[in-house]
Amino acid sequence: MKNVPFNRRAFLKSAVASSAAAVSVGLPQSAQAQQKAAAPPTPSAGYAFLNPDEAAFIEAVVDHMVPADELSPKGSDMGINTFIDRALAGGWGKGDRLYMQGPWKQGVPSQGYQLPLTPAELYRAGIASANAYCVKTYSKPFDKMPETQRQEFLVAWSTGKVNFENGPPARVFFTMLYQNVIEGMFSDPLYGGNQNKAGWKMIGFPGVIAVNQQNIEKYRDKKFPANPLGIADMS
Amino acid sequence: MAQKLKGVDVVLVGLGWTGGILAKELSEAGMKVVALERGAMRSTEKDFAVPMIRDELRYSARNDLMQNPAKDTLTIRNNPSQEALPMRRLGSFLPGEGVGGAGVHWNGHTWRWTDMEFKVRSLYEERYGKAYIPADMTIQDWGITYAELEPYYDRFEYTAGISGKAGNIRGKIQPGGSPFEAPRAREYPLPPLRSSLAGEMFAVAASANGYHPFPRPTANASRAYTNPDGARLGACQYCGFCERFGCEANAKGSPHITVIPIAMRNPNFELRTHAWVTKVLKDSGGKRVTGVTYTSVLNGEEYEQPAQLVILCAYAINNVHLMLLSGLGVPYDAVTQKGVIGKNYCYQTGAGATLFFEGRHFNPFMSTGGLSMVADDYNTNLDFDRGPHGFIGGYSLSGGMTGGRPISFRPLPSGTPQWGKAWKAATAQWYGSAMTISSSGSVMANRYNYYDLDPTYRNAFGQPLMRMTFDYKENEHRMSRHTAQAINEIAKSMNPTSLNPATARTDPWTVVPYQSTHNTGGTIMGVNPRTSAVNKYLQSWDYHNLFVMGASVFPHNSAYNPTGPVGALTYWTAEAIKKRYAKNPGPLVSA
Repeated sequence: MKNVPFNRRAFLKSAVASSAAAVSVGLPQSAQAQQKAAAPPTPSAGYAFLNPDEAAFIEAVVDHMVPADELSPKGSDMGINTFIDRALAGGWGKGDRLYMQGPWKQGVPSQGYQLPLTPAELYRAGIASANAYCVKTYSKPFDKMPETQRQEFLVAWSTGKVNFENGPPARVFFTMLYQNVIEGMFSDPLYGGNQNKAGWKMIGFPGVIAVNQQNIEKYRDKKFPANPLGIADMS
Repeated sequence: MAQKLKGVDVVLVGLGWTGGILAKELSEAGMKVVALERGAMRSTEKDFAVPMIRDELRYSARNDLMQNPAKDTLTIRNNPSQEALPMRRLGSFLPGEGVGGAGVHWNGHTWRWTDMEFKVRSLYEERYGKAYIPADMTIQDWGITYAELEPYYDRFEYTAGISGKAGNIRGKIQPGGSPFEAPRAREYPLPPLRSSLAGEMFAVAASANGYHPFPRPTANASRAYTNPDGARLGACQYCGFCERFGCEANAKGSPHITVIPIAMRNPNFELRTHAWVTKVLKDSGGKRVTGVTYTSVLNGEEYEQPAQLVILCAYAINNVHLMLLSGLGVPYDAVTQKGVIGKNYCYQTGAGATLFFEGRHFNPFMSTGGLSMVADDYNTNLDFDRGPHGFIGGYSLSGGMTGGRPISFRPLPSGTPQWGKAWKAATAQWYGSAMTISSSGSVMANRYNYYDLDPTYRNAFGQPLMRMTFDYKENEHRMSRHTAQAINEIAKSMNPTSLNPATARTDPWTVVPYQSTHNTGGTIMGVNPRTSAVNKYLQSWDYHNLFVMGASVFPHNSAYNPTGPVGALTYWTAEAIKKRYAKNPGPLVSA
């Protein structure tokens, strides 16, 4: 079965137990054609949740963590800041799927997240605390600091060496922020990040299209030529 | 005041695999069956279609198909001296919700648990003496045998369309399968999946190290399949969106495409979605249950549904919770060790190594839920002498990946920076050139691992949350050290460019990150009403018209995924209800 080209008819015969399966394989080729013709989508400008200081902080963080090079554009050009803003403005940021009844206690680390804050509230308090720490330590808010100081602060913050006075636990906020940066880089572009599928292109993840019954043998130990497609490309 | 509805023969609480099987079987037997499902209706066409379903953020990072902890969660702690706090968001395990339950978003791993589990105490006592079993280890025999369950395993495997390779057909060892398998009557309904490079490399190395690798049996259809009930499954496309996702190709054996649609066509069956059962009702004599109370989560109205037979088919944790909320049976007390409801909560343990191979291409996104090679030499192999290592139970080893979704899967050699250009370069370099070897290990029951009702925290219905007290004990730590060594020996023999080795797990159990949704125990089966909640037919010892399905009846947890015995035991119970209970309602086993 080596190097057999994808046989769409055989696939349809074998896979169609429902109309859904037929729909799923009917789309890829037309979607690929469409994608070639369409201009790359751009992240919509503006912020729905972050205020100007917060936006400057987040832009500086995502550009420091994801700098531009031959592998990808910088974080804000990939829309990671937009992803974070939209996530905080939406249901997740407002604490849906989060149990928010007291009493509130810190507990032990094995008990997980125990703050009386939604993600949006944690960001609001956390960014203010991080900037206050930076002003105190470096005499500038994070977005005004040079690269070396940004790096020094982020390393200290990520390794538990930073405490926020009268603020939320620094480590808990860092963990959430880092996870959101990753999500903004690698989630579907539908959510504002990973624009032009730059995160997926960087690693060779093909995105939505995944009809691999033949490919798993055809590309055994060979690099798959991924031309990533997102949900919008197929809708 | 609850509005009292017209009585039915059977009420099922929850409509996943167990509820689906019973809905079909009992309605076909002529019983009037109502299923109350707290979540929504689900169908492949509306809910799992491409491109929408291929959304890692929504379904995996945000757990869109799972229970919502804002409405109901548990409190958790490692031991009785701690104060339990709520699991405020999902993490370590992901209970399902909605029609089809977790059966729509499982990976499909389907195993036969054998007498090594069902006779666990007798076997170890016989081989190593009574003193080998720690005093606080509350393992007990299950009261059922593999031989009794074999035809029902077969039934479930053919219903769900399991792809695999038999290792033992009627006592004859089969090349390519596991030599440690218990005898089965016939082959799996479908041949194994196409193998992956990672699985093959693991298998070659494991064989060279003396192990006996074989393809994982799994409900990912290796080709199109029509099951004995006439339900049709498509062929798996190795899309890499399996666990936590529904399958758009209907290639994953799931109740919403097999048993449930058949039940739905039967006029004896009625499904009510958005029906949240808050209580099972008892009669004044305390010998029978009379039905359930539920709230419509669409309008807040409360209803009473009388029934001749009440069968709990919710997720394992929720079945135990409902028993405790309803005051059914005697709650377990860890201090006096009296009572049974909540007893013997168990979990699983695991370890893993990541192997980096410069220049190799694993294409991790071409995969499916059960695509890996497994070795059971330290699991179902009775000849493996645990004595020198001082543990009870076992673990399976596997090589391969279940998907390459990049929010969660970005393997990096230890020491790689967390951000910046070097991080990006390493992420790009290793995404497609790394593979994993992992283990899944058993957890033996312990006196201090249990459920009860939380004294402080409440759910959206004002009811006490369930409280889970759990930690790994010395037995699991010892096994974990053995596991890490075994994984690392195989991994090193493969000469990877670099290796993130497996480490023995000796830290406390934590509620983050995700580990396993194989929560077992709490309404355990057995031979004695003083030490178990249900008999071998999963019938309550206290209320003969109450049955409890699912993994909450397991007296301990093995290394294997629970769905095989969950399905088999449901068919076994369905037959006992149809052939015996329906004709002569009463205890199926005398206490």
